[in-house]
Amino acid sequence: MANYLIKRILMLIPLLLGITLITFTVIHLAPGEPVEMQTAMSPKASAASRARLREFYGLDKPLPVQYGMWLSNLSRLDFGRSFAPDNRPVLDKIKERIPITISLNVIALILEFGLALPIGIMAAVHRDTLLDRAISVFVFVGFAVPTFWLALLCMYLFGVKLAWLPISGIHSLGSDQWSFFWRSADLARHLVLPIAIATFGSLAGLSRYMRSTMIEVLSQDYITTARAKGVRERVVIYRHALKNALLPVITLLGFSLPALIGGSVIFETIFSIPGMGQLFYQGVMARDYPLVMGILVIGACLTLIGNLLADLCYALADPRIRHGRG
Amino acid sequence: MSLARAVCFLLFLFLAACGKDAPWNKAQSQGGAQFVTGSIGEPSNLIPILASDSSSSDISGLVYNGLVRYDKNLKLEGDLAESWEVSPDGLQITFHLRRGVKWHDGHDFTSRDVLYTYRVTVDPKTPTAYAEDFKQVQSAQAPDTYTFRVTYAKPFAPALASWGMPILPAHLLEGKDITKSPLSRNPVGTGPYIFKEWVPGQRLVLEANPKYWEGAPHLARYVYRIIPDNSTMYMELKAGGVDMMGLSPVQYQRQTTGKEFLERFNKYRYPASAYTYLGYNLRLPLFQDVRVRRAITCAINKEEIIQGVLLGMGQIAHGPYKPGTWAYKAKVDNDPAYDPARAQALLQEAGYRMGAGGILEKDGKPLSFTIMTNQGNDQRLKCAQIIQMRLKKVGIDVKIRVMEWASFLTNFIDKGKFEVVLMGWTISQDPDLYDVWHSSKTGPKELNFIHYLNPELDRLIVEGRGTFDMAKRRDCYYQIQEILAKDQPYTFLYVPDALPVVTSRIKGIEPAPAGIMHNFIKWYVD
Repeated sequence: MANYLIKRILMLIPLLLGITLITFTVIHLAPGEPVEMQTAMSPKASAASRARLREFYGLDKPLPVQYGMWLSNLSRLDFGRSFAPDNRPVLDKIKERIPITISLNVIALILEFGLALPIGIMAAVHRDTLLDRAISVFVFVGFAVPTFWLALLCMYLFGVKLAWLPISGIHSLGSDQWSFFWRSADLARHLVLPIAIATFGSLAGLSRYMRSTMIEVLSQDYITTARAKGVRERVVIYRHALKNALLPVITLLGFSLPALIGGSVIFETIFSIPGMGQLFYQGVMARDYPLVMGILVIGACLTLIGNLLADLCYALADPRIRHGRG
Repeated sequence: MSLARAVCFLLFLFLAACGKDAPWNKAQSQGGAQFVTGSIGEPSNLIPILASDSSSSDISGLVYNGLVRYDKNLKLEGDLAESWEVSPDGLQITFHLRRGVKWHDGHDFTSRDVLYTYRVTVDPKTPTAYAEDFKQVQSAQAPDTYTFRVTYAKPFAPALASWGMPILPAHLLEGKDITKSPLSRNPVGTGPYIFKEWVPGQRLVLEANPKYWEGAPHLARYVYRIIPDNSTMYMELKAGGVDMMGLSPVQYQRQTTGKEFLERFNKYRYPASAYTYLGYNLRLPLFQDVRVRRAITCAINKEEIIQGVLLGMGQIAHGPYKPGTWAYKAKVDNDPAYDPARAQALLQEAGYRMGAGGILEKDGKPLSFTIMTNQGNDQRLKCAQIIQMRLKKVGIDVKIRVMEWASFLTNFIDKGKFEVVLMGWTISQDPDLYDVWHSSKTGPKELNFIHYLNPELDRLIVEGRGTFDMAKRRDCYYQIQEILAKDQPYTFLYVPDALPVVTSRIKGIEPAPAGIMHNFIKWYVD
């Protein structure tokens, strides 16, 4: 087991290097560069000031040199400074945006799993009944409705017409003077709509997945045996069937790990949530190379770790993998 | 089950939220002298010379002052400079600074600050895009604490306006690396508002400066909320979450008309400082023929574009100036009006004959080109479509290509690889046109990218910027407008209207040629 772990971790290093090299190349292949985005079409910017800006950002050096410099800084965990006019350390910019994105995504993920799994099980158990079909329609409506449109409608209904919930942002103005309780309540109020809509939109995939694995498991011989020996249906489903049906879901959970730091641009823009999605989008649009690279590297690390964790959980959950050739 | 408990907790919070004594229910009525405005973008850097985005200048404009500024009628007046003199030869400007002005941290404002601001702007180590205007300065001196004098190599009329740039505090910046200064997120100025806090991605808060030399602003707090989506901002406006925003023409015409809305809000409308144009690549033989350019302008119904794209919220542009400003010539003789028959006649004259499929031809080649515009601007796309339809009627085949901004500039504009572009310019307060129209500005990344070369125009541009005599300048700019109307290197399309809306709680707003923000510090609530 320890060998297996070390081997897997060592394999991450060349993978990570490859990822950074490819992303670095791709982002530099995109036309335009940061200086251009800041000075384009500005009558006040001369060729000299442009050259000065390029030098300031180190863009006048050849690409391999730029990559080498970036890599050597990264090995010291220095993500560099943003190429935006604020010139702040990339890590600071990420740090101030990551908490809200992670908390939103964690809550949404918990809700998603908490709702999608029971829904999937229900659909599987009542397979081909009216309930199953109703569930299908419900989750697919969520999947098919454009989120931004639904979000706008909900904002109008709950925010403008009924005035029950705030429309956008994550804090009310002046909330910094309230007690901790009211501040948390305020935050929760702001998150109701975004989380509800995000969850509604993502139920389909997981619940359909759960339904199909559950159906597969329920048709196994040992389930028939369990039923034949008189085990109660609840126990059959939740003790015997669910355990095995959950195994593939672990993989999905591992895949969701990198998604925790990625936010949806459309979503964050509509709800004015200052999260990672917006930061990344603005970074790409402004050709802010260090910022884009920083976010991508963190994302790549999380993806790799997520895969690793999923594999490990698999090994733990399934003795066949653990005692196999690994 | 802990999940169930968490859900219960959330539900509890939600129910509590609907309670009458929740602080957010009270907060609304406490609005008082707090003014909330919404912005699509977030400021990037609050040291003005390091930023070029409009959000940064929205904030800087309230925190800092320049030596001069434009008043509500777009005339220059003293700001931190009480008065100024231009020497008879036009080479020297002497500013007499206002006494008793204090920085927000209590230090006195002196000529040292002005001198520092000038020096740091032209310092090659400062990554600023604003050095150009100050390169013309031959020497700058501060003979005493309240006098500042600049000397130019030759008379340079836009110089005066260039001293409207925000003055930075020397005592906090001198001898330090300006790019790493904490002032970029925590500015200290002399202006009517004092910077209070910046919650990244959410809002900036400013507070009234009680010791401001023009008198303390009436609105005690200024909150700048970052709301990246226009529809969201509109809903926040209706729900009372923001007090002011800029409306789109559709919002102005269709969504903000009810009696209830008009009781709660005041809408304003005045020409924005911008125009949209169709620019021809004059390197191509097709567009070197002035008859073709004039024919295209004749074929386009500008009024129809304003109705279709702006729902009437704009006016026809004849040249590069904003209607109503001093350099604008209201009646231009040579401007081609909408006249499709004339367009056809001009094209006939240029040698085009109707070919198969209703498209004009010359030497067997159909008259066909592509209009390019940038992505993300719906108005420009619609505009291009209307033009396409109109040109089709006179026998010109037009294709439309929309492109992401960065690739549009790098791959097409900078390389001169385009036929016709549909773009816009902001109109600067000073009417100098050197950067966009002078023939020396046709190099890569320079702004005369359509490659318009006209020695007569060059002469007038240089003459206009070389004198401080307003009458002489106006004469130059009137002639320039005649030349541009005759030559049609651009088809000037329209000047859109700015459409701000402000809650009726706020009083004291005076619309003027400069817009509504000019007397912001005099706005008040009942």
